[in-house]
Amino acid sequence: MPETVFCRPEALAAVNTHYCPGCTHGVIHRLVAEVVDELGVRERTVGIAPVGCSVLAYNYFTTDFHEASHGRAPAVATGVKRARPDLVVFAYQGDGDLASIGMAEIVHCANRGEKVTVVFVNNAIYGMTGGQMAPTTMPGQVATTCPLGRDVDQAGYPIRVAELLSTLRTPAYIARASVHTPLYTAGAKAMIRTAFRHQVEGTCFSLVEVLSTCPTNWGIPPAEATKWLEENMLPYYPLGIFKTPDGKDRAPSPIVP
Amino acid sequence: MGKKLMKGSEAIGEAAVHAGCKLFFGYPITPQNEIPEYMSRRLPQVGGTFVQAESEVAASNMIYGAAGSGERVFTSSSSPGISLMQEGISYIAGSELPVVLVNIMRAGPGLGGILPSQSDYFQSTKGGGHGDYRLLVLAPWSVQEAADLVQDAFDLADYYRNPVLVLGDGLIGQMMEPVEFKEDRRPCKELPPKDWAATGCKGDRPTNIINSLFLDPQALEHHNEKLHAKYETMCREEVRCAEYGTDEDYDLLIVAYGTVARVCSGSIEDLKDQGVKAAMIRPISLFPFPYEAVRKASEKAKAVLVVELSTGQMVEDVRLALEGTKPIYFYGRTGGMLATPEEIAGVGRDVLEGKRQEVRNA
Repeated sequence: MPETVFCRPEALAAVNTHYCPGCTHGVIHRLVAEVVDELGVRERTVGIAPVGCSVLAYNYFTTDFHEASHGRAPAVATGVKRARPDLVVFAYQGDGDLASIGMAEIVHCANRGEKVTVVFVNNAIYGMTGGQMAPTTMPGQVATTCPLGRDVDQAGYPIRVAELLSTLRTPAYIARASVHTPLYTAGAKAMIRTAFRHQVEGTCFSLVEVLSTCPTNWGIPPAEATKWLEENMLPYYPLGIFKTPDGKDRAPSPIVP
Repeated sequence: MGKKLMKGSEAIGEAAVHAGCKLFFGYPITPQNEIPEYMSRRLPQVGGTFVQAESEVAASNMIYGAAGSGERVFTSSSSPGISLMQEGISYIAGSELPVVLVNIMRAGPGLGGILPSQSDYFQSTKGGGHGDYRLLVLAPWSVQEAADLVQDAFDLADYYRNPVLVLGDGLIGQMMEPVEFKEDRRPCKELPPKDWAATGCKGDRPTNIINSLFLDPQALEHHNEKLHAKYETMCREEVRCAEYGTDEDYDLLIVAYGTVARVCSGSIEDLKDQGVKAAMIRPISLFPFPYEAVRKASEKAKAVLVVELSTGQMVEDVRLALEGTKPIYFYGRTGGMLATPEEIAGVGRDVLEGKRQEVRNA
């Protein structure tokens, strides 16, 4: 009898996703599902889906779910967790959702120290609506609402969410990962597991920002997209752990894959 | 438990606790701050949770999350704050979740003022947020009735899986009156189990998803028809109103709701003293509106006078109820100004003496 060494996590639904070729949402979904399985909390996990490309995330997990309105996933997560503190609650959000329309909700959810976990996928663009400029779009990066490239005189510089939230004293764990290569993906999983573990152990709020590719709206093939991420996003969005529960760690401790 | 002198806002909070609600999410706004303040000290005593949200937008989404987990939850605000909550309310209605909302209306539009008003009637009864949905809307005229309606609101919300709005004004929130909470109160509806709640899919239960997204237009149309059927059931089952002096003869019928109806009840006494026969009908459920009862009560009258703290919102429903069968007159005060019983009695006399203009299409 051959031993099963690799299979679909129980927390991941046996369906095909609608994500574009080269998009990393599928990889990040899988990491979350693996962590939920490994912690043995699937039957008491409630996910919060955002508005954006991952709006249908509730179809891709085998846990209970709420669909939230645009940007409000941290508020919905607050409602669920306060009503049922025994549940494991995670919000899954993109950069338009979290860093633009939902900035107030994520800051205050983190600052109240809600015992929830946020998986924040940053692909530097609005995906579902067709490639508009996001708060995380890189300087000079072309988007449909900045056809000549992001002009920092008009739109400012991209918001670094992990750094911004790590200035708050309350949260337990703030980190940034990437999934553009398998090695980085392994690091991302470790961070997502740590984030969930902090919730399960009741420590405090946790968030992992995950850098992601969007070949469709970046207008380049998937292989070039991973290269573009590495060359353009990694220098601006350093990977690492920005905040740990001791309240001291402010400077990122870089990970070397 | 005997009667206790309570401020309206505190009675509303205590009523929620009596209804078994242990969750409050809200944001400060005058003139209803006594409700969150009361809940912040009362809920911890019953093992509940109070959260001061960062905004009304967030509060409305917190109650969406809490209601989706099957627990009783409520929030309160005042007009500008209720406008901000419309996002969450639309999602709550679309996802068919039970929540109780309290709006202690203040004068608008915009920042307006902080004094009593009834200018949110349209927003409350005709939608408010985007999409084809209705709230069940109940309007108390006393502190005791506010306490009773809040408790009923939780049962109605659970029964219909729909947001229920208790619509008061600054007077209801601020005045003190004796209130009694009955210890042996029974739910006003037989409540179904909340097997739809997202509470973790233990064992073989399929996943529960709280959602208002239907990308398939046929599925969304089906969903809208299902919601509409629910609102039609409310229209058959949940109409509430009270009548004053309608079993006698009268020439003038006054239609008013909330605290203004209470002022009008004084006007009726004044008119009677002056030999003018008047009666009143007071809608308690604003959605569903008591169309049939208003029509029936108008039959004996020569004229119908609608009184509101607005420039005329409920009067449109009275016109729908009467379908042109009786002349309709309107009297309103706005901006936080209130009418006195004598003032309204004077308008009533003018109506019967042909000194006022009927309400017509502009």
